[in-house]
Amino acid sequence: MAMTAERPFTAASFTQFLNEKKLMGSHCIHCDKDFLPPRAICSQCYSDQLEWVEFSGKAKLAAFTSIYIAPTAMIAAGFGRENPYLAGVVELEEGVKISAQILGLDAKKPDQVKIGTPLKVEFVERGEGETKQTALAFRVE
Amino acid sequence: MSTKKLGRGVALVGAGMSKFGAFPDKSSRDLFVEAFQSMRQSVDKDFDPTDIETIYIGNFSSDLFESQSHTAPIMADVVGLASRPATRVEDACASSGVALRQGILAIASGLYDVVLVGGIEKMTNLPTAEVTDTLAAAADTLYEIPAGFTFPGFYAAIASAYMHKYGMKPEHLMNVAIKNHENGALNPNAQFGMTIAAWMEGRKASAAKKGKPIPTWQNEMDFLHDDSANPMIAWPLRLFDCSPITDGATALLLVAEDIAKQFTDHPLHIIGSGQASDVALHDRDDLTTINAARLASQQAYGMAGVTPKDIRVAEVHDCFTIAEVVATEDLGFFAPGEGFKAAEDHVTARDGAKPINTSGGLKSKGHPVGASGAGQAVEIFKQMRGLAGKRQVAGDIPLALTHNVGGTGGTCVVHIYERRD
Repeated sequence: MAMTAERPFTAASFTQFLNEKKLMGSHCIHCDKDFLPPRAICSQCYSDQLEWVEFSGKAKLAAFTSIYIAPTAMIAAGFGRENPYLAGVVELEEGVKISAQILGLDAKKPDQVKIGTPLKVEFVERGEGETKQTALAFRVE
Repeated sequence: MSTKKLGRGVALVGAGMSKFGAFPDKSSRDLFVEAFQSMRQSVDKDFDPTDIETIYIGNFSSDLFESQSHTAPIMADVVGLASRPATRVEDACASSGVALRQGILAIASGLYDVVLVGGIEKMTNLPTAEVTDTLAAAADTLYEIPAGFTFPGFYAAIASAYMHKYGMKPEHLMNVAIKNHENGALNPNAQFGMTIAAWMEGRKASAAKKGKPIPTWQNEMDFLHDDSANPMIAWPLRLFDCSPITDGATALLLVAEDIAKQFTDHPLHIIGSGQASDVALHDRDDLTTINAARLASQQAYGMAGVTPKDIRVAEVHDCFTIAEVVATEDLGFFAPGEGFKAAEDHVTARDGAKPINTSGGLKSKGHPVGASGAGQAVEIFKQMRGLAGKRQVAGDIPLALTHNVGGTGGTCVVHIYERRD
């Protein structure tokens, strides 16, 4: 496996890090801004001098939904009308936001879920063998 | 922001649509022929279709819906215009709103005088889960979709942030659905052209006919709160908060302003056009507003030299009820956090101070995604010309607006129309 510093700022690298149970984004050396997902060009100062940065994984819930009509990938994972799941946008303590599945809360009682709930990153494995993928999730602390 | 102007004036002189609905025996090209014929009939004076010089077609994904790419030349061909330059425009659900803008820019550039703008989408061939997957391709498939998000899910997340910030309740959204179905019930082209009250009575009658217990819903709100009548799709959005899966096509005829009187004595001048883009939903500072809509409308208002107050009627992108609430704030009709009360207070009703989605909106009229943006202009054409029948807004409509969103706001395009005669 390539050393962190050598990996390109791509979705493939991001996924590779998830497989290694690391939540990694990019950091602009020039203007100090963090990016998650990682980007190769700073959208604030246009510098291409970026480096990988690992995020702590501490976050709070910024927006969410409980999904009853699922896409095929989530139906395959056992979700649907009788077994809804929570998807959300979380804000990391470093200030960046990302989309993720939300765990540890009752998806059948979404009106009791509170925006601002503290969360911790979790790496969820979906599928088996060749199709095994690590998905980003956050769980109630 | 500097205010940019078009190189020359552009007028809308014809507008038509197919019926919206589920049509197992019709492909998108069949629907486009219907829309084109309906557009031809809407042109007052003699109009020779061979005068059309170029064609822009909005189409999100015939590739996945119909296994058909490269749709623009096919649409040109089926209406007898095979040799003309034909260009497909894809910006998700804003595809034909952006196609309209491309048509405007083509005329404003001086290159063309007569331009056909169309929109097509044939969505009902696929089962619902695959439609959900296809629509999800309009989001960020690398970073948003793996979280399990669907399109109803994204807008539901926007609703959750909005409820948290402003104290809106799901009932406020139900009022948007009730209002839009009341409008759609008066639109013969609407897919679900019936009031929610009529829908409820239909369900009761059906239960009685089958000898089943007759539901005891007292009113529309009662019906909309019932999980069996109005199931949850993505909390807090239920079935009646969501636009349907639709087949449909639309067609508009644009001409240079200086020749508009050859086509009609009542041209609609397109005096404002704006378009902007935005990042993925999770990357936005504020999840209760669509910044691309704010920017696009500021461009359009600036170009037109008008303010939100001046707009008499508007068709806004209500793919979900929450989207209409956010749109009416982004367009400056209501202050942030105030838009959710508008439907309940009848402000956005046909006889209110600011009628919104008199067509029934995407909610009731239907949402054939690539055709919807141009479809909004069809309604504005009818309303401004006094051709909207039973749903006609009373009085003169000198200024109107359309607002068409792609994805969760990755694209927004806004147009302002003026009637001068």
